[in-house]
Amino acid sequence: MSDPLDEGLRACAEALRENRTDADALAGEARRRAAARDDLNAFVSLDTRVPARSAHASPLAGVPFAQKDNFCTAGLRTTCASRMLDGFVPPYESAVGERLQAAGAVSIGKTNLDEFAMGSSNETSHYGPVRNPWDPTRVPGGSSGGSAAAVAAGIVPFATGSDTGGSVRQPAAFCGVTGLKPTYGRVSRWGLIAYASSLDCPGVLARSAEDCACVLGAIAGHDPRDATSAARPAEDYLAALDAPLAGLRIGVARPYFGAGVEAGVGAAVQAALAEYERLGARLVEIDLPHAHLAIPAYYVIAPAEASSNLARYDGVRFGHRCAHPRSLEDLYTRSRAEGFGAEVRRRILIGTFALSAGYYDAYYLSAQKARRLIAGDFDAAFAQVDLIAGPTAPTTAFALGEKSADPLAMAAADVNTVAVNLAGLPALSIPAGLHAGLPVGLQLIAPAFAEARLLAAAHRFQQATDWHRRRPGGRP
Amino acid sequence: MSFDADHLRRCARLARLALADDEIAPLQREIARMLDLVGELRHAVLDAAEPMAHPLGLTLAPRADAVTERDAHEALLALAAETRLGLYLVPKVIE
Repeated sequence: MSDPLDEGLRACAEALRENRTDADALAGEARRRAAARDDLNAFVSLDTRVPARSAHASPLAGVPFAQKDNFCTAGLRTTCASRMLDGFVPPYESAVGERLQAAGAVSIGKTNLDEFAMGSSNETSHYGPVRNPWDPTRVPGGSSGGSAAAVAAGIVPFATGSDTGGSVRQPAAFCGVTGLKPTYGRVSRWGLIAYASSLDCPGVLARSAEDCACVLGAIAGHDPRDATSAARPAEDYLAALDAPLAGLRIGVARPYFGAGVEAGVGAAVQAALAEYERLGARLVEIDLPHAHLAIPAYYVIAPAEASSNLARYDGVRFGHRCAHPRSLEDLYTRSRAEGFGAEVRRRILIGTFALSAGYYDAYYLSAQKARRLIAGDFDAAFAQVDLIAGPTAPTTAFALGEKSADPLAMAAADVNTVAVNLAGLPALSIPAGLHAGLPVGLQLIAPAFAEARLLAAAHRFQQATDWHRRRPGGRP
Repeated sequence: MSFDADHLRRCARLARLALADDEIAPLQREIARMLDLVGELRHAVLDAAEPMAHPLGLTLAPRADAVTERDAHEALLALAAETRLGLYLVPKVIE
């Protein structure tokens, strides 16, 4: 019998329930694998805190997991992969971390990411890039690249991520795992270090939609500490997984198959959609007339919010402080210039410009208007269809260094994912095929709070196919 | 519009980011390219659209006027680089 860590969360839960292993053995094995695969650079820190034992029965009890290193962990350093927070040890735990550990899951480490979650390749990390387990010369995607690589390499059965413009879904696609971005407000952002507050959304990377459903059930729900948390209870996402595909209307979004999509990626996604049709779903071609405005709107709104959120790093209360400041101004400007990497500084400057007097209307206000039109496109589409589908990313994982000098080429990696964040919708990426030996992701998008429908549709596909079981290096 | 070195210096001043002289030209070019990318917004027909600041239009819920934070004075001060007598230390502002 194969190791439950290789199989996923459900296999771990079954092995624990049948006393074939215990929580300490699983966590120990996960930590051993993290150390053995340090070539991937997937982890920033290992979590050696002693977990509290959960008294109540939960499918997560005793299951090891990893947390993206922008979720605060009480007493364990949380860096956002930035020199700014290199020595930062939060005094509190994020809501997501709290809920997972209350359900008995065992945190084994903090995963690498693009600095402050700003990037699509994990190359902007202060601690160096993560490598893709499918091909170590390639990026794992970003910004949750460490989480995606850790799940793909079989180190942990699931990991947390955050998705501001595709940062869960795109690395899930590049690493051949399942990545869920819930509806904005569905999962508390308390303790998730802010990048762009109206877009940031905690998410999950796991082996399967079923495993994502299990984790979402534990982390979803209202949290009064997050003013944008939705006041509605979590659903039983596991119980809803067997909803039939027959009659489900899937909108095939024409703009998501545009010019930048590699032929092999497009073909793999079309084959996956044909499988959906075979399983009883109905494909409906749809248009999203303002899809071309998503990247421009995102690259104004996200940097604008970042410039505001990251103003808190001043070298005074926490974070990096420059040596021998000559004045308060010198303390601020040098601490921030030394603490932030190039990509973060660039986004802060763009955001500052977009919000500055004389340019606010042309950039920020225009982006907010475009956001309304993009959200309206989705509303209109969901009057005709139940889900929307397309490639998660236009390409498979690209080579390390291939796009890092070209911010525009990097931005193009997010072309199919950012609109979902602008509209606040739930979406996921599931493995849908291979192109030249690398995973291809299928993105499914649902109306707000329809995570149960989304997960069921992904689960039905995964019951009929085995793309989500493929492993790097041909491992089963 | 063209984003020039003066725009960059002004934004760096507003964002409290020190810039070395040799950083200015490449950074200015990179940001100008990004602004060209988002420039598509200027050609879009947007007038009729109401600006959208937030995805779900959530309204803030009232909550009890109660203390919810524990006293974390010591823990928070411990995160700072320089403190004395329970206060943050910064360079002198007023002579």
